[in-house]
Amino acid sequence: MNDFASLVQFSIAVPIVAAFLTLFVKSWGRPAVQIVSVTGFALPLILALSLWGLYDPSTPGGYAFVSNLDTGLEMIGVSLHLGLNGVSLPLFVMASVVGLAAGLFAAQSKAENLSRYLFCLLIMQGGLMGVFASIDIFFFYFFHELALIPTFIMVGIWGGRDRNYAAMKMTIYLTLGAMLSLVGLIAIYVKSGAESFDLITLKAHLAEIPLADSVQNYAFGLLLFGFGILVSLWPLHTWAPLGYGAAPSSAAMLHAGVLKKFGLYGLVQVAIPLLPDGMGHWENWIVWLALGNILVVGLIAMAQRDLKQMIGYSSVMHMGYAFLGIAAMSVLGVGGVVLMMVAHGLTVALLFMLSTMVHHRTQTFEMNEMGGLAKKAPVLAAFFVCAMMASIGLPGPGLANFWGEISIFLAVYDFRNWLVYAVVAGIVISAIYGLRAIASVFYGEEADEFIESQKEVSVEDMSWAERVPALILIVVMFFIGFFPKTVTESINDALESEPVYAQVEE
Amino acid sequence: MSAEIFQKIAETNTWSWITPEFAIGVLALSLLVLEVILPKVAHGAIPRIAILGQLVILGYVVTGTCAGTLPAGEAFGGMLYFDGTGQLFRVFFLGASIFVSYLGMVSLDRRTLPQVEYFHILLVITAALMLLAQANHFVMLFVALETATVGFYILVSYFRHTTVSLEAGLKYLIMGALSSTILLFGIVLLYGAGSNPALAGSSQDSLNFGNLAGFLAANPDDTLGLIGMILVISGVAFKVGAFPFQIWIPDVYQGAPLPTTALLAVSSKAAGFAMLLSFSKVFSALGDWFYPLLSALAILTILFGNFAALTQRNLKRVIGLSGVSHAGFLLIGVIAARTVDWASIAILFYLFAYLLASAAVFSVLVHLNKDDDSDLTLDDLGDLAKKNGFLGLALAVGVGSLAGIPPLAGFIGKLLIFIAAFKAELYGLLGVAIVGVVVSIYYYFGILKSAFFDLWQFQADEEEAPTAIPGSALGFLGKLAIVIAIAGTLLLGFYQSPFSSWLVG
Repeated sequence: MNDFASLVQFSIAVPIVAAFLTLFVKSWGRPAVQIVSVTGFALPLILALSLWGLYDPSTPGGYAFVSNLDTGLEMIGVSLHLGLNGVSLPLFVMASVVGLAAGLFAAQSKAENLSRYLFCLLIMQGGLMGVFASIDIFFFYFFHELALIPTFIMVGIWGGRDRNYAAMKMTIYLTLGAMLSLVGLIAIYVKSGAESFDLITLKAHLAEIPLADSVQNYAFGLLLFGFGILVSLWPLHTWAPLGYGAAPSSAAMLHAGVLKKFGLYGLVQVAIPLLPDGMGHWENWIVWLALGNILVVGLIAMAQRDLKQMIGYSSVMHMGYAFLGIAAMSVLGVGGVVLMMVAHGLTVALLFMLSTMVHHRTQTFEMNEMGGLAKKAPVLAAFFVCAMMASIGLPGPGLANFWGEISIFLAVYDFRNWLVYAVVAGIVISAIYGLRAIASVFYGEEADEFIESQKEVSVEDMSWAERVPALILIVVMFFIGFFPKTVTESINDALESEPVYAQVEE
Repeated sequence: MSAEIFQKIAETNTWSWITPEFAIGVLALSLLVLEVILPKVAHGAIPRIAILGQLVILGYVVTGTCAGTLPAGEAFGGMLYFDGTGQLFRVFFLGASIFVSYLGMVSLDRRTLPQVEYFHILLVITAALMLLAQANHFVMLFVALETATVGFYILVSYFRHTTVSLEAGLKYLIMGALSSTILLFGIVLLYGAGSNPALAGSSQDSLNFGNLAGFLAANPDDTLGLIGMILVISGVAFKVGAFPFQIWIPDVYQGAPLPTTALLAVSSKAAGFAMLLSFSKVFSALGDWFYPLLSALAILTILFGNFAALTQRNLKRVIGLSGVSHAGFLLIGVIAARTVDWASIAILFYLFAYLLASAAVFSVLVHLNKDDDSDLTLDDLGDLAKKNGFLGLALAVGVGSLAGIPPLAGFIGKLLIFIAAFKAELYGLLGVAIVGVVVSIYYYFGILKSAFFDLWQFQADEEEAPTAIPGSALGFLGKLAIVIAIAGTLLLGFYQSPFSSWLVG
């Protein structure tokens, strides 16, 4: 057990313990529930930031803060093996940041049965922290499911329009995706003969005796489509906008922001390093499906009139860039993907949160029924514009997404230069829907419906309770935007030690 | 049979080895005696005495297994064979019986029916099933099985004033008798083939599992033996509810009293798998027929169970049909056990997870205060989570575990079966299993949806909402039972050390 490994364990355990505490302190009233749950979200952030500070990129074997616990499945080579490397650490920190923002936002929401809502959210947070800290691929999957189940519950109970249908559809799609990836992981486990689910052991074993091509091909296929469903790879994405549209905002923030990165992270850290030849086999598939994400879903996003649906589609669209970056298979491209995952997690969470704030003021998600909100709520408008600009990734060198996307574009140009035209077309598309959303929500004339609704609900600017979670997200976004090196260095080091990515570079 | 065999049997009659079964028999009889000698006011204590007695016996078996002091090997002239698997099945059937006793206590308290007989018959069935799991001889197997089955006939139609219960009893009687006949016919053919002195490996005691396996190994092409095997498997398929012998399940599960449904779902199914595990040793020489047959059964069972459950709204039918699909998953484990030696451990783990999950679900159902539990539908769950959060949690954990959702025990059970299947290279079966899991999400989700998601939907018609939700019915014992089921399910999902070390050690 390395030094400070217990900090990793605590950051997983704290939200889960806090989750059960919220149920017990329910009878002491709302403030007690809020304090306990916010503590449950804040502590992991503090722990994650201190781990960030303590992290030494030159750790042997790549993983720092390693601990190993036997849970009784050792007979099939499973143990709770935790640790962080250069790729997982930024995501681990991002998960804790988004978690705190989502938690703060949820704690002051008007949800019925607040303690149960926060219970689900905290369990989800515990799972998210676990996903990125797992070295054992069984627990990697396990924590993902632990985070996924509360999502279904939250969509089903606290969701908005069509929540039953959305929850059911999400559950079936994501179960299918999870099952496919589980079989893929089992395939690696059984076929490698390493008798272990441990990523480090598997890597060492497969470096010596790589799997046969045929095995690599089908195992990678299972993982690609399994993870692909979870990351909303076109055309398996239809659950995502629907689900996010119906989900309560904190659940959407955590799912779209953090949990969805599980699939990409799985491809980057598990599937490609373990099955490099399988990646070669499926490369063209990834490229074409990713183009579907960017162009087809991008056009669909343009056609949306519902703000939350539009953000949902735009987040699906951005996954296309990530898949392209992965297909480039270089330190630059994959590093860009990891950076984009961090940045996108923050941005999309912020956008979902802000869109809910817009909804509180306009009583609708229909963009045609809003307008002129900037005059009434200038701070909200400023936040929203920032977040949307970041999401488009175009004009914001000061925002985190730009760096991720620009590295992906450069890598994609090296990879197949014609792809850059498609990617640029994608940027134009996202600029169109993004700017149009800003225009129709915040500027222009107030729509009749909005004027009507103001008679019942007076429109005020963001309260401090709303500003704090938004500030947390936006400050981190700017920080990474101005100092991308703080993140990229560790990502680079980790990826360069990975022969698959480093090889292509040369 | 010659005199030597009797002599041998007499010499190996080690009665002390079956102390647990014996004690259950004594307990069953003493319940009847207690009913006579106790004053009427004290009759309420009899079910509690039954539960307490079983707990003591369970403690004896568990401590004996852990300490390794329970005997192992053949006894009663090869009628019974004692080993670690058998001990686990003993624990399983006792555990199931204790929780069915609790369900029976709750369920029968609401009715003016004789109570003691229910527990008496339940105990006899349990003892018979425990012997069944350790049988090493087809005669022993059949006698134990019939003892249990006859008990089931009575328990299924125990609510003799309700027509559905009687109908279920009749259906179960006819189908059960048919399956017993098929099984018996198979056994007779095996006996005839195995004791044919003209063939190599024949023996006078040809129904002994070891002797029969030896005979089949010497004559793998024997037609009689093959037909006998197929008939025996058919008889067992009825017990586990495998396709095409699952046809009785929905009706009987629906009509039977709720505790009996639970007993059928858990114990009867497990008994079938105990038999299948012993048969896989007996019929290993016929593996080229035995395993393809089981594979076909598994595929059809999983698909039928899951698709048939999709459209059901009656809770007991859903549980019954989902149980059919669980039988399919377990069959995959049996098939994988051919090449992967720990697959039988996976089966046992799965069964224990299934027991705990069923305990949680049935404990919730029995507290849905409905007079006639045969027409419990999904609508009766409406607002459960709001009216009684504790029962809602129990239902969520139970159903989640049945659906195989991490971090619950059912997930680990499915995972072990999947890994075993992958190791055994059963890719087709694995594919079907995945389809089954995804389809099953729909109806398991449906149950949870009606219990949770309609939380605030029907507030307008509060006054006409079903009154099936309990108020005070959940006593200390009920809470304890549910807490044990939930805690066990969570524990086996997170931390399997105690179980796996116990299994392996």
